[in-house]
Parts: sequence; C-alpha cells; structure tokens
Amino acid sequence: MSYYDFLFVIEVLVGGLLSGVMYSLVAIGFVLIYKTSGVLNFAQGSMVLFAALTFVSLVERGIPFALSLLITFAVMVALGFTIERTVLRPLVNRSPMTLFMATLGLSYIIEGAAQLIWGTQVHGLDLGIDDTPFEVGGILISSFDLLAAAIAAAMVAGLSAFFYWTRIGLAFRAVADDQFAALAVGLRLPRIWGTVWTAAGFVALVAGLLWGARLGVRFSLSLIVLKALPVLVLGAFDSILGAIVGGLIIGASEKLAEVYLGPFVGGGIEGWFAYALALVVLLVRPSGLFGQKTVERV
Amino acid sequence: MAVQALDAARLPVDWAKLVQKLALATALFVVAYGVVPAYASGYLVEAILLPFLALSLAAVGLNLLTGYCGQLSLGSSAFMAVGAFGAYNFNLRVEGLPLAVTMILAGISAAGFGVVFGLPSLRLRGFYLAVSTLAAQFFVQWALTKFGWFSNDNPSGVISAPHLAVAGLSLDSATGRYLLSVTTVMVLTALVWRLVNSATGRNFIAVRDNETAARVIGVPVLRTKLLAFAISSFIIGIAGVLWAFTYLRTVEPAGFNLDRSFQILFIIIIGGLASIRGAFWVRRSSLSSRSFCPGSAHSCSAACSIRAFST
Repeated sequence: MSYYDFLFVIEVLVGGLLSGVMYSLVAIGFVLIYKTSGVLNFAQGSMVLFAALTFVSLVERGIPFALSLLITFAVMVALGFTIERTVLRPLVNRSPMTLFMATLGLSYIIEGAAQLIWGTQVHGLDLGIDDTPFEVGGILISSFDLLAAAIAAAMVAGLSAFFYWTRIGLAFRAVADDQFAALAVGLRLPRIWGTVWTAAGFVALVAGLLWGARLGVRFSLSLIVLKALPVLVLGAFDSILGAIVGGLIIGASEKLAEVYLGPFVGGGIEGWFAYALALVVLLVRPSGLFGQKTVERV
Repeated sequence: MAVQALDAARLPVDWAKLVQKLALATALFVVAYGVVPAYASGYLVEAILLPFLALSLAAVGLNLLTGYCGQLSLGSSAFMAVGAFGAYNFNLRVEGLPLAVTMILAGISAAGFGVVFGLPSLRLRGFYLAVSTLAAQFFVQWALTKFGWFSNDNPSGVISAPHLAVAGLSLDSATGRYLLSVTTVMVLTALVWRLVNSATGRNFIAVRDNETAARVIGVPVLRTKLLAFAISSFIIGIAGVLWAFTYLRTVEPAGFNLDRSFQILFIIIIGGLASIRGAFWVRRSSLSSRSFCPGSAHSCSAACSIRAFST
C-alpha cells in the first residue's frame, strides 16, 4: 500500500468516524428514554424532523436566531411532555412491544402534524458554520463535521454532568436501575418520565439542527431513525457510551465498506451494511456491546 | 397430547355452536363465490377486495410469527417481495409450470429466506430481533434493485405480471383474479387456523409467553421459532404473489418498502395480536377510511393503534 493509499484510508476513516458522531447524536435520544422507561421511542426520528422544521420555519419568518432556538426548545419540551402525558402514561405497565407500536404510530402522527403546520417544501438551514474542508497532514477534514462532533461531545458531557451531579439526575439513574425500588423509596416516576422526554426533545433539537444543516430540512430527515437503529443494537439500547461507540464503529465501517467492498457487489450497500454488521456483533453479544446481561427467571 | 384427548373426552359436543359455525362457513362460501363474483362492481373488486385479500393474508402470516410466537418482525414486505419475485422468476424460467406450483415454490423460497433471517432469533430477543429483521428489509430491496437477473434485466425494473391461468382457464379478468385470491386466502387461513389449534400452535404460544419456561417443560424452542419463521414467511410470500400478480399486476421492488411492513404490523396490532379474524376486519376498515382521507391512511391507522392501546 503506497503512502497515498494509506492517507486515503485514513481520510475515509476520519470521515466515517465524524459521520458516526452524527448517528450517535440521534441514538442518544433513544437511549435516554429507553434507559428510564423501557420504551424504544421510534418517534425520535420525527421529533428530530419536527425540531428542525420548527426552527427553520421560525428563522424564515424573520425571528432572530437565538429567539427561534429558544422557542423551538420550548416547543420540543411541550411536545415531549405532551407525548408522555397522552400516549405513554395511559400505557404504563404494558409490554415493551405495545409501547413500541404506540411510538411507531406516534411517529406518523408527528410527521403528519409537522406537514400540516409547516408545509411540505424542503428548506435549507444555515447555522452560520462554513463547511470548508481543511488539511491536517495531507488529510482533508470537514470543519462542519468537526464542529458537529464538538457539539455532540459537549452535549454528552453536559448530560453526563447532569446525570451525576444533580438530584434529578440521580433520580434518573435510580429509575433506570430498578423502577420498583425507585418507586419504593418515593421517587415520582411520572415526573421523571416527563423530564426525560424533555431531555429527549432537547437532544432531538440538537440532532435536528445539525442534520438539517447537513442535508437540508426535508421529510426524509425522519428516516435517520433507520440509521440510528443499528447503532443502538450494536452499542446496546441502554448505554449512552454504547450509543457513542456504536455510532463511531458503524460510521467508520460503513464508509470503509462502501469504498472497499462496494465495488465488488455493485455499490449502494450503505442501506443495509450497518444492519449486517450489527447483526454479526449481536450474534456474539446478544444484548449489544455495552448492554446489561439479562437474567431470566421463570 | 394426552391432555388434549382428556379435554375432548370431558367436554360434551356443543351442537348449537357447531351448527352455527357451519352456517357461518356456508354463508361465507356463498358470499365469496356466489354474491361477490356475480354482483360486485369492477371497482370494488380491483381497488378494494384484491388489496384487502392480499394484505389480510400477509397479516395472518405475520400474526402467526408475532402474535402467536412472540417474535416481532419489521421485515414482512421483504418476504412479500421474495415471494413475488420468486413467483415471477419460476414462471419465467420454467416452461409450463402450473400456477399453483409456482405459488407454492414462491412460498417455499420466501420460507427459506425467512429461516435464514430467522436464525438471529435463536440468540436475540425483543427489539434486538426486530431491528435485525430490518436487515432483511433493506437487503432484499437492495438486492432486487441491484441485480438485474431478478427482474430479467428489465431496464425500468418494473415488470408486468404474467398471464394467470388454472387448468387452461384464464384468470386475467378482475373476477378471475378475485377468485384466485379468495381461494388462496381461504385455504391458507384455514390451514393457519388448524395450525394454531394444534400441538405446534401451542408450542408457539408457549415460546411467546415464557421462553425459559417453555424450554423447561420440553418445548423445542429453537425448532419452534424457526418453524414459525418458515411458515409465516411462506404465507407472507404467497401474499406477496397475490399483491403483485392479482392487485398491482406489476412486480417492482419499490412496492415492497418499509412502510408496507409497518402497514401489515398495524393491521395485526389493531386487529389484535393472536387473532386471525382481526387481520381481516382491520384491513377492511382501514381501506374504507382511506377512501375518505386519501394519503393519510398511515396517520389514521397510527391514530387507531394508539387509541386501541389506550382503551
């Protein structure tokens, strides 16, 4: 392998890792909710879309950047809270499959609502970050992707700090650990679930802005949920670290596979490669890389 | 099976119920083979009954896997696609193959495919399994678009369905296609109904309710799961043949996308998991709702599914 080939591999790898961060961003929203309430929230993708669409529509109506951000955040909080109240609370104690179906239905409703409120045209979203690639040791790196990675890192750091140093964060961890025990010591589950949906709404907002700036705000944005799912099973549904590592692994291997494996099978394998990879990992570790091993009782 | 025999011996035969059932079956036959072909309009048959029958059959198949055996699958339309393309290729490449044989072969290829993608179920549970069935969904769609062999190198990738005939009788008319559909659906549904009341069906339910307990009492869990995947995919595959040959009259990969899988899932959720009748009722109602609010069928069924859970 010549020097330039080597550089090319590194460049593909770095590009893949950075796009993996974008997958992790979406996956973290899932993990937050799954960890505390055991719901696999399929509607996370449409929440991302809804956030991006709300923000971009507000900006286009001449509302200043910061104010739109604030309003969108408020809307997402309200949305998260409403979902928890109207859809999930009546379904408490149902089987995980039931809850999943409910969120699947919910994702269609949110998408439809977004369409009704904001219309169906594609919007460009400019966050004021310029996307000129710069060179490090012969490798081109996209500055936008790097910034996105930095924002994601900051968000994860913020969330971790929140989980470890605040009372409500402690309550989150208690609920994630054992719902019954948490209830027994007097934690108010509904309030915690409400808060966690709010947090998921916030994550959706961040993901929506970054993905929207990358791809444009359009309805296919909600399909990134399909990119996040293999990340989730690879890293485990209940681990934020898993979501990050899973995202990096999927992002990097997907790009490498597309470049080195794709030509042999006619290309276009990005759609399913991540799933195949996740499947292989799952066959070795059935509850993901960072998942808790489940003990089964009769 | 000794238990079943005991039960049967203890319970007196409920003649009233039996007569009622027979009457219902007769009425069903009269409507399906007499009233509908004689009186239904072309629109009713083409736009409502044909998709209703095909999707209901797919829902019956998925219900066997998800409702009875407890394995959540999000890849149903991939199995439909395998069935449809299998039937197309068997028909194309084997001269003079009877339609019934073509359909059964298509079902068998879908079943084989289902077993392969069911293998992860031996290790995985719940959502991990559901996500891995998405692999089937995306892989099949990719393979069918990518390799021209499947669509006989047709440049557009959209191929028209072949001429349908049974024993020299052409079934290309709307009524003919309807009769083909309704017969297939009735036969398969009857078989499924027998199956879920058999020892195998009980094994399915045992695996669904508590896998570990099922293993302890001696249910062959691995075989049962794979069998559920095989039979369910067989049925869904044949539903795919009906969907492509009798309703759409074309075979194209894009017709079997993820939304279709979700649609089938919604049907069994709203109709009730582990309920064969539910598959038919819901399909009917969602079709009628679609005619009132075109394009929003998904939101409708989604709304219904949430409502169904809340009550």
